Amino acid sequence: MQGAKLFGGWREALFGLRPKAPTHHPLGREPRLSGIVSGASEGHGAAMPHDHADNAPPHSLLPPEPALRVKALETLLTRKGLVDPAALDQIIETYAHKVGPRNGAAVVARAWVDADFRARLLADATAAVAEMGFAGRQGEHMVAVENTPEQHNMVVCTLCSCYPWPLLGIPPGWYKSDAYRARAVREPRAVLAEFGVTLPEGQRVRVWDSTAEVRYLVLPMRPEGTGGMDEAALAALVSRDAMIGTALVAVPT
Amino acid sequence: MSRVHDMGGRFGDGPVVPGSEDDPVFAQEWHARALALTLAAGALGQWNLDVSRYARECLSPSDYMAFSYYEKWLAGLADLLVMRGVVTRAELAGAAPADSTLTDRRLKPEAVAGVLARGGPASRDGAAPRFAKGDRVRTRHPARNVMVDGGHTRLPGYAAGLVGTVELLHGCHVFPDANAHDQGEQPEPLYTVVFEAAEVWGRAEAPGDTVSCDLWQSYLEPVA
Repeated sequence: MQGAKLFGGWREALFGLRPKAPTHHPLGREPRLSGIVSGASEGHGAAMPHDHADNAPPHSLLPPEPALRVKALETLLTRKGLVDPAALDQIIETYAHKVGPRNGAAVVARAWVDADFRARLLADATAAVAEMGFAGRQGEHMVAVENTPEQHNMVVCTLCSCYPWPLLGIPPGWYKSDAYRARAVREPRAVLAEFGVTLPEGQRVRVWDSTAEVRYLVLPMRPEGTGGMDEAALAALVSRDAMIGTALVAVPT
Repeated sequence: MSRVHDMGGRFGDGPVVPGSEDDPVFAQEWHARALALTLAAGALGQWNLDVSRYARECLSPSDYMAFSYYEKWLAGLADLLVMRGVVTRAELAGAAPADSTLTDRRLKPEAVAGVLARGGPASRDGAAPRFAKGDRVRTRHPARNVMVDGGHTRLPGYAAGLVGTVELLHGCHVFPDANAHDQGEQPEPLYTVVFEAAEVWGRAEAPGDTVSCDLWQSYLEPVA
């Protein structure tokens, strides 16, 4: 009764599909829905999840269009009682609006004005940022790396997209791109040039490849001419990219 | 020996395109949904972080390269859900959902803040470190999981067979090569090991440039 089984699945939720009667396919498969699911013309044979071989990866059973794929999976897990959409909203709200690079900028500014805090940050960043209330998922083991006239630091994750979420939020698209993952380790200066950054002669580059659960925050150099600025004004100078190491902090002219 | 995700050093990808600092966190609404769904499904407790990374790495090279970032997450999630018996292939294909025994593990909205704030530390009690700061070590060659053929490892291919210097000690951390394959956490000392760029790539952009990786003790052997 494959046709009847469709009732209540994500296809119905997404496409308002309710089979008029159980449809018995000669091979016991589901009725052909590819025209609805994928927009492909009937009989074309393209993108027909249910026509996949049994050993095709499970993800290929979902609709081809990414937004529908998410919707289908969310619908399925919600109907199985495994996901509460309101919890998804909470997660999205957290990372869209609450947790982001302003956290990291506050840490950097504090380190610039408070020598004791800076020392604690460089000694144990996890504990130091926790003082400011920053902790949690993808920031369980923090290390702060300080830029100096001798060394510029830059962070990458060549194997996936590891990034200090509690301090910087969700990584930007470029950080997760193949180009950055592939090239940052081999030619960091060429990559920096694409960000408009040229380092002074004699300053070494260290690239930190985040291959474990340690998450790195670059502590940029405090720009000249900021002696009179308070912590909030300093934090406003600190960009997300400066804390990844693909930008420097400058005073707006 | 490598899988498609291990792309550090690869040629041919073209320029990095920096975004604006003001770009929205999620370029598309479904990106946000995919991230949230992945976190919420992870909260069911049917796999760990290393298992989920390995699921994405196991996408076929053609899928991995064709998929955008969050499509990889979704594909890894769908594959894991079936692999762990949380959903069936038929359900994924659109069949009516059957009852699940895991509903009491569902992440509740009021629990989200606490779960995200707690995170999941990877540090564990374990053996004293074999290496000290400043020690010279050689990395495994080739980079591979020695327990599971084609299995998960966090030694990048470009860093295989290199001599580097131990710079930081992080205590013992869960060992991904074991944890990704349900072989327990098997914590090991974790180190930051620094390599001269010229050693890694044959030439450095500038003298003195370095690359570091965070590497578990069993990836390393002493250099006399």
